[in-house]
Amino acid sequence: MIKSLIAIFLAAILTENYILNKFLGICPFLGVSKKLNTAVGMSCAVIAVMVIATAVTWPIYTLILVPNNLAYLQTIVFILIIAALVQLIETIMHKYMPPLYNALGIYLPLITTNCAVLGVTMLVIDKFYNPASPMGFSYVQALVNAFGSGVGFLVAMVIFAGVREKLEMCDVPKFLKGLPITLIAASLVAVSFLGFSGLVDGMLG
Amino acid sequence: MKEKKSLFHEFSKGILKENPVLRLVLGTCATLAVTTAASNAIGMGLATTFVLVCSNAVISLLRKVIPDKVRIPAFITIIAGFVTIVQLIIQAYSPELDSALGVFLPLIVVNCIILGRAEMYASKNTLLPSILDGLGMGVGFTATLLAMGIIRELLGAGTVFGVPILSGFMDPIIIFLLPPGGFFVFGILIAIAGKLSEEGHAPEALGCAACPMAASCSKLKDGNAEACTAETKKEEAES
Repeated sequence: MIKSLIAIFLAAILTENYILNKFLGICPFLGVSKKLNTAVGMSCAVIAVMVIATAVTWPIYTLILVPNNLAYLQTIVFILIIAALVQLIETIMHKYMPPLYNALGIYLPLITTNCAVLGVTMLVIDKFYNPASPMGFSYVQALVNAFGSGVGFLVAMVIFAGVREKLEMCDVPKFLKGLPITLIAASLVAVSFLGFSGLVDGMLG
Repeated sequence: MKEKKSLFHEFSKGILKENPVLRLVLGTCATLAVTTAASNAIGMGLATTFVLVCSNAVISLLRKVIPDKVRIPAFITIIAGFVTIVQLIIQAYSPELDSALGVFLPLIVVNCIILGRAEMYASKNTLLPSILDGLGMGVGFTATLLAMGIIRELLGAGTVFGVPILSGFMDPIIIFLLPPGGFFVFGILIAIAGKLSEEGHAPEALGCAACPMAASCSKLKDGNAEACTAETKKEEAES
């Protein structure tokens, strides 16, 4: 049981990395990865919202939408829950945790439209949903997957922030200056993550 | 006559001058993810165009009804409604496309192009220009996706729309179908589009002004993109 959770966690970080393998959350990846501290701040906010959003959307989907044959409302319900949740977290943080709010607060509104968050809440349902026991072990698996996906987001952001800081110093051909060279650098980082494919199965399978 | 010309401009600007993907750099996730085959690219492009035109039309009609403070959630709800319609239509008539696009079909909802056009254009303009704006942006998006899909399918699998083209001529370069190939082709296309554009270079970074969350971004005061870049520059100078 623990072994399968570790496998899910590692797979979410390395072999199924949200940014570099699944292309979810590319906007913040390209937009906020210029400096290491903003990259870390954004990623921490994403990890928190991903786990909380999954923790909330899973029971709503399994206990309310599915029994009432409303599963087709998934998209609308999930995006509204995420939007409300982000707003709520922002308000609570602002009131009770001002230092944390000052560090992460500015990233929170940007997270509502981050496709990685909506993506994780939907993908865990595709992947782990088990009609027999909706709130059992599959719920734990979904939460571990959400947390691992967030950590994978952090890893990719931190690696890429390092690459971009080096890139600033480089003499890039005029044709590729700006965004194109950033994307080509991202391509090379993605190549390095291809090296992890099969790793988790080999280690724990 | 003048009226007609400006309406045509609303349509045509999205295709080249303000191409949402290559010039404004919006909707990158979908662009990179679904362009492994030309047919998927077309399917995604058309689905997004439909949502874009419908949501632009409805938001433009409701622009005086929706209170300013809750406009973003209201826009998202309208967009999500149309996305659900598209999802159900595609599931019913083309299950293969549905499984090929996977999670990226519902994720049209968070495609920045749609919310961006709602916020920047449809909420400020009348019905007809808003529809044309949505159509133009949608066509620009579809054309870019198609170009990327053709390039990646041709180099990665040797086929276009499933028809073998390169068989016997060269072996397919599979990496173009994998994520790194997506980033690479996208980078090169942005560079080419930048070269051909009026400014003559590719965008430096993601445009803050084009971001739909610009209004709520605390760095961006009064929706002024200049302030955003100025503040970032100041921070950079300090560090």
